[in-house]
Amino acid sequence: MTIINKSAKEINKLFINKEISAKEIIDSFYKQIELIEPKIQALTSLTKELAYRQAEELDKRISKGEKLGPIAGVPIVIKDVICVKGFSATCGSKILENFIAPYEATATGKLWDAGAICLAKSNMDEFAMGSSTENSAFKKTKNPWNLNTVPGGSSGGSAASVASMETPISLGTDTGGSVRQPASFCGVVGLKPTYGRVSRFGLIAFASSLDQIGPFARNVYDAALTLQVISGYDPKDTTSLNVEVPDYISRLNVNTVKGKKIGLIKELMGEGIDAEVKKAIEVSVRLFKDLGAEVVEVSLPNIKYSLPVYYIIATAEASSNLARYDGVKYGLRADGAKEVLPMYTKTRQSGFGPEVKRRIMLGTYALSSGYYDAYYKKAQQVRKLVTQDFLNTFEKVDLLLTPTCPTTAFELGAKVDDPLSMYLSDIATIPASLAGLPSVSVPCGFDSKNMPIGLQLTAPSLSEELLLDAAYAFESVCNLSEKLKDKHAVGVV
Amino acid sequence: MTAIKSKTEYETVIGLEVHAQLKTKTKIFCSCPVDFGAEPNTNVCPVCLGMPGVLPVLNRQVVAYAIKTGLALNCTVTKHCKFDRKQYFYPDLPKNYQISQYDQPICENGYLEVSGKRIEIQRIHMEEDAGKLVHAGSDRLHGSDYSLVDYNRTGTPLIEIVSMPDIRSAEEAKEYAQLLRSILRYLDVCDGNLEEGSMRCDVNVSIRPIGSTTFGTRCEIKNVNSFKSLIRATESEVERQKEIIESGGRIIQETRLFEENSGKTVSMRSKEEAHDYRYFPEPDLVPLEISAQWINEIKETIPELPNQKKLRYPKDYGLNSEEAKVLIEDRNLAEFYEAVIRLGANAKKAANWLIGPVTAYMKEHKTDILNCCMTPKQLADLLGFIEKGAINDNIAKTEILEELLGQGTDSEEIIKQKGLAQITDTSALKEAVKEVLESNPTQLKDLKEGKEKIRGFFVGQVMKKTGGKASPQIVNALIDELIK
Repeated sequence: MTIINKSAKEINKLFINKEISAKEIIDSFYKQIELIEPKIQALTSLTKELAYRQAEELDKRISKGEKLGPIAGVPIVIKDVICVKGFSATCGSKILENFIAPYEATATGKLWDAGAICLAKSNMDEFAMGSSTENSAFKKTKNPWNLNTVPGGSSGGSAASVASMETPISLGTDTGGSVRQPASFCGVVGLKPTYGRVSRFGLIAFASSLDQIGPFARNVYDAALTLQVISGYDPKDTTSLNVEVPDYISRLNVNTVKGKKIGLIKELMGEGIDAEVKKAIEVSVRLFKDLGAEVVEVSLPNIKYSLPVYYIIATAEASSNLARYDGVKYGLRADGAKEVLPMYTKTRQSGFGPEVKRRIMLGTYALSSGYYDAYYKKAQQVRKLVTQDFLNTFEKVDLLLTPTCPTTAFELGAKVDDPLSMYLSDIATIPASLAGLPSVSVPCGFDSKNMPIGLQLTAPSLSEELLLDAAYAFESVCNLSEKLKDKHAVGVV
Repeated sequence: MTAIKSKTEYETVIGLEVHAQLKTKTKIFCSCPVDFGAEPNTNVCPVCLGMPGVLPVLNRQVVAYAIKTGLALNCTVTKHCKFDRKQYFYPDLPKNYQISQYDQPICENGYLEVSGKRIEIQRIHMEEDAGKLVHAGSDRLHGSDYSLVDYNRTGTPLIEIVSMPDIRSAEEAKEYAQLLRSILRYLDVCDGNLEEGSMRCDVNVSIRPIGSTTFGTRCEIKNVNSFKSLIRATESEVERQKEIIESGGRIIQETRLFEENSGKTVSMRSKEEAHDYRYFPEPDLVPLEISAQWINEIKETIPELPNQKKLRYPKDYGLNSEEAKVLIEDRNLAEFYEAVIRLGANAKKAANWLIGPVTAYMKEHKTDILNCCMTPKQLADLLGFIEKGAINDNIAKTEILEELLGQGTDSEEIIKQKGLAQITDTSALKEAVKEVLESNPTQLKDLKEGKEKIRGFFVGQVMKKTGGKASPQIVNALIDELIK
């Protein structure tokens, strides 16, 4: 029986029905990893010891007749910015190359409690800063659809591992698009929850007011299932929201989008958006109409400021969050320093890559005395305006529709020396991040080079169920699922 | 020119920044115990060590203590406030930023009256303490062979109480700091131990010609570890500034370190070297909303404060201000005193006993009233026995008090056991008085001639004969009767 191309839902069913053991499940995936990983380079480390321990435990429980939940027996890959107790959490950085997490993140703890199995940690742009995963200090992850292109980023490893069937699901993190953009590039589903829906405890911070953990999957149901497990208030994260989590899974239905009003954001359908991407979105609009939704054009006038606002706030927070990597307590300490200041500078000089350094400098500048009001404070004010634009628009429509990215996956190395053009890759994903809104990227077509295109849906705060409903309905009529199933791991197998 | 300059009289201007470690059970942002003297790096966890990926969770008790202090210092408690990150690199600061409060402190605009003068309190804010560095081969990080870090103190809750520059002398600064400490202790929010650093004073000092309305350039003095140092540091800094100005120089704004041994302040860092702290709102903590109800609940828990007692004691108990001060210093002693009075004892006598022999005993045994066995009831009883004439003052002090304080045995029982009851039987004492008078004819003659000073001699002799148990009043009456 081939397991690796099965969905999380199917794997769970086979496991619950005792048609396959947890050990057999992970054996299959590790075999696939062994086969494909040399080409994809999606993973930073395998967590075999944990995986086999969890599998053994699950097999014991199932043999005792214990009733296990809908994610039990499902393997998952975790982005290397999330702490799994006893395993390394490198953040794609030399500075944390040898760091072993001494505690468990809340989100992963919930997964293990629910019976998911930890296969591996995945590659990423250093400290989640980037849009191509090329900023990893360790390896360059390839897009499974074309090994000469990037998987997107920063959660490129998590996206590529799902697309190449190294795992059915994975966790990424999204600060300005780091789940949705690679999902779009790799032809998988990627969801960024409402800020505060999922605990950030154990997620190594890039920009605290923006970071959210989100799932990758090859279909909407599996993404919903994963989100269901990791969501909820956590007393260890006071920015997590103390609101009940609805049942995302059982309500999924093809008809739920009927009568819904969807707004197509004018500002994100114009200049800079690739013609083929635009066309795929236009086709998708027709599909939504066929499903019974009303699609109208809407305008969010302040959305054009999102990118500069984001690059001030995110870098400001990052400059502070990354101050702790100084060689004193854990991680890298550069040799040869005789005084504390040289120890700091040498450690940080050799430990951080160029993009991280660039952002630390940008953020430090934005917070400096004399510049704070002009940059950080102003950015926060404009962030409120962007958020208000969304609030105003959601008085008129239920959901917002845009392309996830202006283009499909670009070639490796194409933008490494041009940070601005790299930053523009997130132009459509950043606005929802600034407003803290839930947003999902779903495959909606292919370009002429047969590279996947993603469409992005954004919902009001804490309305993940609306997002998932619409994405599920869309997925079912888009007729891509068969193509995706066949084409997943194209260029690899 | 020189002659004119040297005639200038200067006024000292002082503002104090007092850091008080709060006596909470756990740290401000994690559940590690606040416990001093533990093995290095044992009271730590990923959160207070600033490990990657951890988040702070605010300890509610810290907020309650900050509010309590603010109310006691007549501050306005804010309804909305937030935390900010104060950023600088130092090895004792694990995150390389300190979670503090910048532009929205929890309390503002208070005051404290010190000897009838109002010292304004600008603000009180909450923050986390840093760890401690131990240097080898030097007393500073710079130049040491190596330095070790102990993060036990990291995350201990602090409040910083900032006064306006309203203080005008070193003595006044000391009075302010002492009263502040006493209030913090009454509130039971801080130990107030300067030597151990649970209360730390940074002193901002400047001088200006008397009559000037603008402030001079100030220097901030750190490392002031006692009230004595507070005075020494301030006075020596004032002298230093005077010398500079009088020799035509200018004061440079800087942070200075007080050196205990030399009694002088030395430069630590100038304004140019000062950190740009790059404050910004802490994104890991949600803004704080403080309800009026919570503030009211906290208000209810504030006891009568030392400054209030100091006004009331002379009025209610007829004590002079020095007596009041001694009793009020320690809240437990003051409460003990008030309990004794509530049990009907004479206020003045109770005060004398507590300030005199009881305090002497506590000093000798290095203890305090809480750790003595005597209850307020027992002291009230003892004073009652004296009042009634069942025992005399002297016997009470020499024979009863020690046992009462040390073991808590009731006076009644001690009196019974030791047979200390005062002899009030007039006929029994008459014989003794007669004998003493007769066997000392010279002295008797003096007494009869009206030399009252000699009376004490006779009383003493009778006491000796009766083992100290004679009632002095009766003995005196008998002497009068017999020499008529």
